Amino acid sequence: MSEQFSIVGKPIMNAQLLGHVTGSTQYVDEISFPGMLWMKAVRSPVPRGKIRRIDTSKAEKLPGVVRIITAKDVPNNIHVNMAAIGIGPPDEPVLPEDEVNYKGEAICLVVAKDEETAAKAAEMVEVEIEELPPVLDMEEALKPSAPVIKKWGMNAFIFGSGMDGATRPGRPGRPLFLVKRGEVEIALKQADYVVEGSYLIPPIEHAPIEPHVCVAKPEPGQRLTIYTTTQAPYFVRDNVATILNIPPSNIRVVAPAVGGGFGGKVDPEFEMQVAVAAMCVGRPVKWRWTREEEFTISTTRPAVKIEFQDALSKDGLILGRKARLLHDSGAYTRTSPYGVIKATVNLSGPYYIPNVHYEGYCVYTNRQPSSAMRGYGVFEFSYAVELQMERDAKKLGIDSWEFRFKNAYRNGQVSATGKLIDDAYLIEVMKEAVALAGVSLPNHLLQMSSWG
Amino acid sequence: MAKLRGRGIAAICYPTGMNLGGDPSQTVIIAQPDGTFVVNVASVELGQGLRTVLAQIAAEAIGASIEDIEVRFGDTQLAPHDTGTFASRTTHRMGNAIIKAGQEVRQILLDVASKILEVSPQDLEIRNGKIWVRGVPDKFISVREVASQAQFVYNIPVVGKGHYVKPKSIVDPETGESDPHSTMAHGCVVADVEVDTETGEVTVLRLFTVYEVGRAVNPKLVEGQIIGGAVMGLGAALRETVYPRYPQIIHQTTSFREYVLPTAGDVPKIIYKIVESPTPTGPYGAKGVGEMVANGIAPAIVNAVYDAIGVQITELPITPEKVLKALSEKGKSK
Repeated sequence: MSEQFSIVGKPIMNAQLLGHVTGSTQYVDEISFPGMLWMKAVRSPVPRGKIRRIDTSKAEKLPGVVRIITAKDVPNNIHVNMAAIGIGPPDEPVLPEDEVNYKGEAICLVVAKDEETAAKAAEMVEVEIEELPPVLDMEEALKPSAPVIKKWGMNAFIFGSGMDGATRPGRPGRPLFLVKRGEVEIALKQADYVVEGSYLIPPIEHAPIEPHVCVAKPEPGQRLTIYTTTQAPYFVRDNVATILNIPPSNIRVVAPAVGGGFGGKVDPEFEMQVAVAAMCVGRPVKWRWTREEEFTISTTRPAVKIEFQDALSKDGLILGRKARLLHDSGAYTRTSPYGVIKATVNLSGPYYIPNVHYEGYCVYTNRQPSSAMRGYGVFEFSYAVELQMERDAKKLGIDSWEFRFKNAYRNGQVSATGKLIDDAYLIEVMKEAVALAGVSLPNHLLQMSSWG
Repeated sequence: MAKLRGRGIAAICYPTGMNLGGDPSQTVIIAQPDGTFVVNVASVELGQGLRTVLAQIAAEAIGASIEDIEVRFGDTQLAPHDTGTFASRTTHRMGNAIIKAGQEVRQILLDVASKILEVSPQDLEIRNGKIWVRGVPDKFISVREVASQAQFVYNIPVVGKGHYVKPKSIVDPETGESDPHSTMAHGCVVADVEVDTETGEVTVLRLFTVYEVGRAVNPKLVEGQIIGGAVMGLGAALRETVYPRYPQIIHQTTSFREYVLPTAGDVPKIIYKIVESPTPTGPYGAKGVGEMVANGIAPAIVNAVYDAIGVQITELPITPEKVLKALSEKGKSK
């Protein structure tokens, strides 16, 4: 590089480091205000059911309980957290009106003078639920015989109609995201080998050191300050404004240092409840999730199942690929359509495949909502693609490196979505890895480049 | 019973920033009365070192000394709109916005310095907190002095604003045709494992990892991501799931008693190399690195186990239970 930098490229120390190791970094849990109240949720014991009765009378009598918040206290009780980028329709209540859709879904909220009282009162709230058979398996959820948990009549997100944030409105949609290029059926027919594979990634927890914590403080003039463990302060601001029916500019969102996110703090998944509670009681309210709530309520990485059918030539090229991806969104939409698109457009991985047909399904189940996690969409396709590459290479009897070198995408080729590839660099990276790991490769591979 | 060794590889790509674009980042840089600078961003410091990386980019763009930059983050009242801190987008998107804001500040500083030094701005150089007439580097005036005098003597506000967005790409619903990403970063992982055929336990002996990050704005922080990502990938490969009987919800994990994360003692030897292939779309060529480093580990480990035992396990995590089941089915099929 001829460019000379003064400070870019220098390994200077993380400015936060001393604060972290000496314990002086301030996190949300250290924020409190005079008169601040605490909150706990009453949660659904079942994955799916009709709410028949909520009796808060005993809990309300417990000394120290200030207010119990239910669906009727929420000014606008429906949202979808990616509305800002055009994803819809809104399908998630802040508090459910008549049905629960996952085990642990918050049914009502207890606001009390301290955390212990709120927890005790939450246990005293009587909830009667008529349990319904849950939908848990993605393949089952897509069958016509499955109980339908979405108001639009099927357990899959509708892509292509403009509500996916990726297409223009006004067309009929379909329950899958499609990537199509070339003639995959012809490739499969002409192939010397067809290799199939099916891969599954289960839900994984982000497990940040710091659980979710939020303090909402009402300010004069219908204003509100929210201190929260978020990765996206403006998502929180916009979603809370929608729920409270007040202008976004009335809301200030502050994220002090956050103790790890890994995608688990992208969704505004609990700030709305705290904001509603604070506005109802007119006092600051804090909600602090337990580690159990981190595991069972906060989002996980989605379970993703990817099936491949690869058309291979005996000289080691991938002629075509047919793929079907199922993404377990859990009970609500959150960021899932985005995750499905991000994975489906990339199902070729870093390889050139001229004929493809990829289908991505965003499937709803009665499970805690899933959402972003480190490498969202990409972690999942990378796993499936690299296991399939190994399976293909074994079938062909070709060395794993050689198979990847041969099929690696090159600059000047066109991707599955029709984009001209101009930043390919995989072959060079693989050469570095080969050198680092002490692998000896034949010369014809070492002479390859991403530019030829 | 034996201990079988195997090697597996994974080659990966990572699309930086939000898929399809349309995710703006904005910033405002404001000089303080003492001539230092505050960079206001709504991005969030999650432990990844964003304050440090963004300060480096701001210092470079302005020509200021890094000690004179303070990055204030995570507050919608202080900072203009930013989409959020995810999708490995902050270094790339906010970095680009900061370069634009920093260049505005730099131009103001050069204009003011030209008045102070009575030379044309084109004859000035600015770098690392100093401004001097080209060719005479030992006769300099400090950036702080210039930024302060601009406000107190020359009646000029020293403020820079920056915005970056990759315009949203609309998808053709019939073909998926679109321009989904700004740039691709690349990586390759080689995993060496040992499988105990009696217990089903998989031990990762070594991980060789190479990541192409466009430009390593701070190699120490990239290293932090590489190690952390490797450990996260290791957990995903061998142990972690909230629903061990997925899709059933029985045995859902509720604490670290059942959900056993890798700890320091589980971390194998990680040999890594950072490779740079600067992208014209990135700040000083940088691509996103935070997520890519978690993505190649699990497939490389699973492929290594395939190499060791001759059976490909397809469902994560590959627990001893699954390894023993795979070995027993292989035994039966012989």
